[in-house]
Amino acid sequence: MNTRAILAIVRKDLKVAVQNKGVILPIIILPLVLFVVVPWIMAYGSSLATATSTSFSNVGEMLERMPAGLLNELSGYTPDQQLIVFTLVYMLAPMFLIMPLMVSSVFAADSFAGEKERKTLEALLFTPTTDRELFTAKLLGAWVTAVTVAFLSFVVYAVMVNAAGWQSIGHLFFPTWMWVALVFWVTPAVAGLGLVVMVFVSVRAQGFQDANQTGGLVVLPVLLLMVGQISGVMYFSLGVVLFVGLVIWLLDIVLLWFAGKSFHRGELMTKF
Amino acid sequence: MSAPVIQISSLSRRFGEKNAVDHLTLDVQAGEIFGFLGHNGAGKTTTVRLLNGVLEPTSGNAKVLGLDPLTEGPALRARTGVLTETPSLDERLTARDNLSFYADLYSVPRRDVSGRVHSLLTEFELAERADERVGGYSKGMKQRLALARALLHKPEVLFLDEPTSALDPVAARHVHSLVEDLARRESCTVFLCTHNLVEAQKLCDRVAVMEHGRLVALGTPSELTRQYVKRLDVDLEVDPAQMELALQTLQQFPQLLIGPPKQEKDILTLTLSGREAIPELLSGLVQKGLHVYRLAPQEANLEEVYFALNGGTQ
Repeated sequence: MNTRAILAIVRKDLKVAVQNKGVILPIIILPLVLFVVVPWIMAYGSSLATATSTSFSNVGEMLERMPAGLLNELSGYTPDQQLIVFTLVYMLAPMFLIMPLMVSSVFAADSFAGEKERKTLEALLFTPTTDRELFTAKLLGAWVTAVTVAFLSFVVYAVMVNAAGWQSIGHLFFPTWMWVALVFWVTPAVAGLGLVVMVFVSVRAQGFQDANQTGGLVVLPVLLLMVGQISGVMYFSLGVVLFVGLVIWLLDIVLLWFAGKSFHRGELMTKF
Repeated sequence: MSAPVIQISSLSRRFGEKNAVDHLTLDVQAGEIFGFLGHNGAGKTTTVRLLNGVLEPTSGNAKVLGLDPLTEGPALRARTGVLTETPSLDERLTARDNLSFYADLYSVPRRDVSGRVHSLLTEFELAERADERVGGYSKGMKQRLALARALLHKPEVLFLDEPTSALDPVAARHVHSLVEDLARRESCTVFLCTHNLVEAQKLCDRVAVMEHGRLVALGTPSELTRQYVKRLDVDLEVDPAQMELALQTLQQFPQLLIGPPKQEKDILTLTLSGREAIPELLSGLVQKGLHVYRLAPQEANLEEVYFALNGGTQ
């Protein structure tokens, strides 16, 4: 493997992508909303709910619907603290996964479909870079960016959650082991899923926007996880997170195998 | 003679029902400027892709620099340079960044990258705007930059796909002299795809004419004109006082002439049925007592070959 060529492609893709507002704006705005604004709203809303008792019965109902395992994990907290911990630690956990998914798919859309739109792929295919190096470089750029942004978002979120909940809880309560697993085990897998789906989408897409719209559907499974969590059907325990991660990694491997198999010059030259 | 640099044997590529390249067989020698002529869709670009291992052939095979494009593509592409039909440049990057990026891909030694990039930007008169984004460049500047990119790694074989199509005459002449220099001084073999027949006539040692993916003619420009252009234009200059007599005499040779003579001042332009008509015509004119000052055949050009092969009219 020609690492110099791979790194050159990664650097070039990043340099080109950050000049695309369609790439850079969601990467700035989404974490800002999800990991800075939302924790404060949730914490404030929860405090308000418990203080005014206006919806305490609803909160009580919600807590009653929680699986025993989750109730057990929240047992050390008072009911009002339980609500804050539940919203900030558990309810937002699936939402965190939107971050790597979105970043990787947006970057991959710019890297694959964007390259097609800009008609820059042909010259690249005439270089000595092998198909595998090209594939690796294209995936690596999007994946490393997505994972890096997610890790940074996690740090910001950890600070915000503890700050927002400090008044009610009075000590550091985040991250939990579930979150550590979510960030370091599931996040890289989800980033991989976002970009490998975008590789398939990009082959048929006309350009960056087209790929982005179609590829955006990849967030649906994450939304399902969120609904499951909120409705009490399931909750993100450490075991569930490890299992979800395993499933996504396996899915990644299968999809990557298919994508890698169809990623060769002849195919790209005729479809791009 | 050394082995050909490009050997193509019955090479074919189909796209669905269409034969983009159909049993193409030809050789290109080292240091040659080889013209690959044909209208749009004749199979020129597909051939370049096949020869660089970017597309797989449906059947047949090829060797470039002794390497099989199908199995030794990366090694082969390290020694060839390609100017694609569209410049294929990253317009969000500067010219310098574009070249530096490709220098990495072509494994130009790191210590040489900056110097090589600078000298190419200077040679192609882009140095002053080297740090501007390519998106703001004119078509001609983009084309020059793309050509500079193709030369970054000093390729042994240079594939040029319509290199001057976006250039003004001055820039086109610059490219022509550069291509000639590369071939003559640096022994670089040039495979020039073009539908600019004047360009091909001017630059190429040999040409191949493609039509619907098939090779329809191959040879030096003069071989092809001899072979395919049967008619011959000649300029006839006689004593101006004998112009009337000349015109009357010419009417006696309808079997040698195609169409009536065209007169411009004291010169008559005749279209003969072929080179072999010249002695009979000259002898007839002299026998009639005409003072023939000049009977000069005009060299047929590739344009006439091209139209003869395509069955079109000029």
